[in-house]
Amino acid sequence: MAADIYSPGVVAGRLDAETIAANFADLHPPYDGHEAAVAADRCYFCHDAPCITACPTGIDIPLFIRQIATGAPEAAAKTILSSNILGGMCARVCPTETLCEEACVREAAEGKPVEIGRLQRHATDTLMAAGIHPFERAASTGKRIAVVGAGPAGLACAHRLAMKGHDVDLYDARPKGGGLNEYGIAAYKTVGGFAQAELDWLLKIGGISVHYGAALGRDISLDALRDSHDAVFLGIGLGGVNALRVEGAVTEGVMDAVDFIAALRQSGDKTDIPVGRQVVVIGGGMTAVDAAVQAKLLGAEQVTIAYRRDRAAMSASRYEQDLAASKGVRLMFNAQPEALHGNGAVEGVEFALTQSVDGQLRLTGETRVVPADMVLRAIGQSLDGTPEGIALAGGKIAVTGAGRTSVAGVWAGGDCAAGGDDLTVTAVAEGRDAAEDIHASLLG
Amino acid sequence: MADLTTDFLGIKSPNPFWLASAPPTDKAYNVERAFKAGWGGVVWKTLGEAGPPIVNVNGPRYGAIWGADRRLLGLNNIELITDRPLEVNLREIKQVKRDWPDRAMIVSIMVPCEEQAWKAILPLVEETGADGIELNFGCPHGMSERGMGSAVGQVPEYIEMVARWCKQNTRMPVIVKLTPNITDIRYPARAAMKGGADAVSLINTISSITSVNLDSFSPEPSIDGKGSHGGYCGPAVKPIALNMVAEIARDPETRGLPISGIGGVTTWRDAAEFLALGAGTVQVCTAAMTYGFKIVQEMISGLSQYLDEKEMTLAELTGRAVPNVTDWQYLNLNYVTKARIDQDACIKCGRCYAACEDTSHQAIWMKPGRVFEVNDAECVACNLCVDVCPVEDCITMERLAPGSVDPRTGRVVEAEYGNWTTHPNNPAAKAAE
Repeated sequence: MAADIYSPGVVAGRLDAETIAANFADLHPPYDGHEAAVAADRCYFCHDAPCITACPTGIDIPLFIRQIATGAPEAAAKTILSSNILGGMCARVCPTETLCEEACVREAAEGKPVEIGRLQRHATDTLMAAGIHPFERAASTGKRIAVVGAGPAGLACAHRLAMKGHDVDLYDARPKGGGLNEYGIAAYKTVGGFAQAELDWLLKIGGISVHYGAALGRDISLDALRDSHDAVFLGIGLGGVNALRVEGAVTEGVMDAVDFIAALRQSGDKTDIPVGRQVVVIGGGMTAVDAAVQAKLLGAEQVTIAYRRDRAAMSASRYEQDLAASKGVRLMFNAQPEALHGNGAVEGVEFALTQSVDGQLRLTGETRVVPADMVLRAIGQSLDGTPEGIALAGGKIAVTGAGRTSVAGVWAGGDCAAGGDDLTVTAVAEGRDAAEDIHASLLG
Repeated sequence: MADLTTDFLGIKSPNPFWLASAPPTDKAYNVERAFKAGWGGVVWKTLGEAGPPIVNVNGPRYGAIWGADRRLLGLNNIELITDRPLEVNLREIKQVKRDWPDRAMIVSIMVPCEEQAWKAILPLVEETGADGIELNFGCPHGMSERGMGSAVGQVPEYIEMVARWCKQNTRMPVIVKLTPNITDIRYPARAAMKGGADAVSLINTISSITSVNLDSFSPEPSIDGKGSHGGYCGPAVKPIALNMVAEIARDPETRGLPISGIGGVTTWRDAAEFLALGAGTVQVCTAAMTYGFKIVQEMISGLSQYLDEKEMTLAELTGRAVPNVTDWQYLNLNYVTKARIDQDACIKCGRCYAACEDTSHQAIWMKPGRVFEVNDAECVACNLCVDVCPVEDCITMERLAPGSVDPRTGRVVEAEYGNWTTHPNNPAAKAAE
């Protein structure tokens, strides 16, 4: 008998393939030409525009929107990609509501910003659909640089280095490139195999040799890379997951949200992804929201995000919170996990209720038990397997300037490096800027 | 990236985008900002003769009309020529030209209609190293009351006379800037050519009142309750300017006379249209005043992308549309089209129906369920339904194949070109057979 939303336990195929396909459709369908023209017309072409300042990669947003408005979306794309080579993915996954669109003067004036993210997607999709790669390599410098990690930071760094005429060896531990773009983002934000398509498009610059399945510390070592290359960039992300310290030795039905998300992204029609009937996601970030919403879209009957602080402290934006709520996810605030109930398989999570008083989290003394047959941990990731000799700061690789580590000739950027938000767009900026710094150091 | 380098009268500029003589080109400060932003050249704001500086009003100098979302569609101004001392302008022109030798530096001039006045100023301008001069025969407000600006531009004999004085008294190329406030733009253009001018630039602004305050009953912009007509410019005037440029480009007497196109150029596309109608460069003011100098980046990238896509050089674009501008009498009367409504795209607003039923040819049926269809037996292909339809490409005009019967006239559509000059209804028609 096929499973349905009331089937107990963690099972696959709660919904039929057609329903799942509809549930996982593009969250923001692309603009058609007319919609793009109307949206672009709203931009005021502000002087020294606040949206540019709010973008970690500093895209010239008014210029690209004007280029869309004047019927030149390919030129708009080039403007975007000159600052942010992963502008296509960022258009899909950036929390624009806390970046460019929050800064838009029309957000202040009317509460309705110019839809910058969707316009950016319109431009970049148009260019990529035309198969155009608008950048060319400079004359060869004869320098060879190792980039470890083919996520946003590594890709941005590799592309910029290749453009400057350097040869790049790009390594990644996984069988595919893309990093979190490929493994770590909700499927409905990047449909149609976009992460791989963008990666293939990016590599068209030439001069980048990819080496997948090559993990730092296992297959390659920093010392060897330093010997064989003129410089090394580390964009290795955060491979570890923070532990959930609670009582109870329950393991069945308990998993890391990042693994759940990665499995969803690598699945075809997603009918093979098991999900609980009653799912509890512990955490308050984007990973928690991505996992919870997708659990619901797979057909879980009840999904709860439990966060130990109040709504205002949640790192997922209000937009993301509302998205989760609109899909039927329950948001539970001020609930700190204390114990996993069950005997082998998880049956419930016990929470101590909290209060935020003057910035301090206090227990109220009350507890709640939320029934659960699946628990997803989304309480943050950590650096895993840092090469010896590299100084850390706050659990991440310490950097100065444009990503210089404590080791000469080694740069770092993206989530693994200290400083900056753990966002795709921030990683792109750090990778790009490190590339510029590497270039300047090698040829300076 | 297509090469946008422009050679206009031997004056080189990195692109055809010049700033028109206007407030944005009144000072070295502005012009240097413009050059930094990428503008190919400027026409320095009009210089007057030496002496006490020009006085401007101390109230509003500009009025405007807007779209509902405050998009500026038309701008009107009553500012006069430069109100800074002549020697200050000359000094700054010289310095900017020295610092930016690759950019076009044209100096606009307006002095009284006396040869001595022109003879006095021309050597001073020449001494700055400027690339050329533009004679301001266009401004319709203020200076025209003193016998300058459009007061000269409205009299072809004066245009010819002053152009000749200038050609006789300077080695610099002479561009005559024309006023649109005349009945037929070809006459002043011909006069400029006859006087020896190297080029014309057009259009200057159009006499206008932007609006009337219905509480104070003052025209806008209002100076202490009174208003004076200003010069209208911006996107709203582009169609008027395009026509005037085309008229000069195709006039047998002025064909080949270099033109600098002006009037509502806001995007690369506007510029390309002026170029296609025969302009060698374009001049911009209102768009820069609305959005800042940075817009030139979009113009440069857009025009070069367009040229790349068309595999065309800038020189090949210039004048490309001129042969297609013709007289009504030569339009093909055997080109028969009918409106077609895309039912999938139709949002059922009924504007096409109202327009056709009330004001045109009753050629659209409104059927049950708000379905709108064209009655070919009545459709004269006027295009009004296309123009009022809010959905782009929902209504299109499709040509009837030669050999088919036009249900409106009952006649077979002929394949051959046929125009009014040979039409049987034309009493002056020459015998076709």
